[in-house]
Amino acid sequence: MSLIELQRVTKTYTTGEVSQQALKDINLSVEKEAFVSIVGPSGSGKTTLLNIIGCLDRPSAGEVVIDGQKVNNLGRKEAARFRGENMGFIFQSFNLIPVLTVFENVEYPLLMVKNEPGPGRKQKVTQTLEAVGMLEHAHKLPDRISGGQKQRVAIARALVTRPKLVLADEPTASLDHETAFKVIRLMRGMRDTYGTTFLFSTHDPRIVGEAETIHTLEDGRIVSSAAAKGARQ
Amino acid sequence: MMNILKIAVRNLRRYVRRTLLTALLIMLGVALVILFSGLSGSFKSMMIGIITDSNLGHMQVHRKGYVASIDTLPLHLNMKAGEYAALKDALDAVPGVEAYAPRLKLGAMLSNFLETTSIRVTAVVPEAELKVSPALSGRLKSRAWNERGHFLGPGEIVIPLKIATALDVKEGDSVVLVATNSEGSVNGLTFTVAGLVEDVLGPQGKDGFIHFEDAKGLLRIAGEEVSEVAVRVKDFSALDKVRSGIQKKIAAVKDKKGNPGLEIHSWADLSPFANIARLIDLLTVTMLIIMVGIVLISILNVMLMSVYERVREIGTIAAIGTTPGKILSLFLAEGVCLGLLGTLGGCATGLSGILLLNLYKVSFAFAQTKVTLNPGVSVREVLTVSAIVLCMSVLATLQPAWRASRMEPVEALRHV
Repeated sequence: MSLIELQRVTKTYTTGEVSQQALKDINLSVEKEAFVSIVGPSGSGKTTLLNIIGCLDRPSAGEVVIDGQKVNNLGRKEAARFRGENMGFIFQSFNLIPVLTVFENVEYPLLMVKNEPGPGRKQKVTQTLEAVGMLEHAHKLPDRISGGQKQRVAIARALVTRPKLVLADEPTASLDHETAFKVIRLMRGMRDTYGTTFLFSTHDPRIVGEAETIHTLEDGRIVSSAAAKGARQ
Repeated sequence: MMNILKIAVRNLRRYVRRTLLTALLIMLGVALVILFSGLSGSFKSMMIGIITDSNLGHMQVHRKGYVASIDTLPLHLNMKAGEYAALKDALDAVPGVEAYAPRLKLGAMLSNFLETTSIRVTAVVPEAELKVSPALSGRLKSRAWNERGHFLGPGEIVIPLKIATALDVKEGDSVVLVATNSEGSVNGLTFTVAGLVEDVLGPQGKDGFIHFEDAKGLLRIAGEEVSEVAVRVKDFSALDKVRSGIQKKIAAVKDKKGNPGLEIHSWADLSPFANIARLIDLLTVTMLIIMVGIVLISILNVMLMSVYERVREIGTIAAIGTTPGKILSLFLAEGVCLGLLGTLGGCATGLSGILLLNLYKVSFAFAQTKVTLNPGVSVREVLTVSAIVLCMSVLATLQPAWRASRMEPVEALRHV
């Protein structure tokens, strides 16, 4: 059963009198618990596609359905609630909140978005931090840990609410090759543990193979969709 | 709410120097307002106290038209027996009245048998007068004051210090007072100088005093007649209430044409110091406006910078599902915490300053009166200033916080 369904999605950016199509007639279907990669060169539309799926942006045309709900025209508040309930985000430059500790960063979505009560919340944070191997750094501020560790914390923050979908935009772009592999494998392990669907964009050919399905974008169009070597047998 | 406050405080600590500088600016504004309010309030109440307790009383009741012609001390506008009796009944019936004293006022010539000068004289009933003007005794320079137990008896006169100096008159000397009554008849009486009295700010501050019965004799008044009745209230803050109570009671006293026969004036209507008091109030409001300006500009500036510097962070928290309302609350809490920090510091500094000024007394001369300030500020004033600062903090933060909450996450995340 599909978690994500995109039909004839188009996104056009207009600056003054100049219009540019970032996405052209995209049709995409992603199954639940899938580990999917969107690849393509810079400017191919990967981030725009992830933003539209993540309800951070609206398509100019077409339909976006996430977990059976049409989301293309959600208002600001409804979109925020939908993201909080159903999605986690991992960013290229980690985007941790610098004034909060590792523990508090992971706790943030439970506390400020889902308003979860104390004891259960603390337990979830501890479990998730343990799962990503960051429990021993729980009381450090983000500027006291390495890039790879920051991305682990970001993964924990994305997963702590047990979302149906995690969207990761170039999650390994700021990391060295070895750390990038570790992070991708961690994401995959989390998918196996929690059954979360992962959709990540990358232009690094070395880690693309870790995905189960690869969709290739060029000039705003999906030019190919194929199973990768990471596909489950 | 606690979590929002915790994050707000952490964000303020992120830029310690900027936060402290802004808080310091607010603190300075609050401290200045509290200090100025304490000093000006002390000066004002002290001066009002000196004026009302030394000679004016809190209120005065006259026959209608008397105050308009007060410079000539018109005897024909004195209250007659019936009017005074009605007034006494009214004053006895109003609960807030502590005491009242009748006065006869006249212009006269004072002679030491060698030289003559003009003098304004207030004839008083000494016991009643001291109840209405308790500070009068402090203005008197009389060696025999303690021995006699009263400051003025029949046949005695208290002379203003300046006239006594000019005529070289001392306590115990004999002087003659010559006055014309309302029918134009001139009469003179000999008095013994019972004491000298210091000048005080305001009308009636340079009058001499004789006994009420002596004035009646000098002016050949057969029955009861008074120029004014000075009134002291139990609670000065209830002055207006007591005044309107008396006003209602004396409204029944009519003149021959059926118009109101008596009129009542508070100290503020009679003393020019009321204008200075109003000016002081205006200056306090000006200080408050300056402080509000400081708070608004400094917090607005800091919060705008804060939003601009954290665009990506705002994008991140919005992306992970923080609603616009919560983002607004996060920034509002930050502005309020900043305002609160400045307010607490300002209150502490201002109150410490007032404490220091009370320890090291500040004295200065003001219109022949030595004023020693005892600055004080009420809890209500401190709370009002604090509430104003906190409201201004919210107001100043509203625009940047609104801007943060309305950011499109996708654009905010793109921000470099």
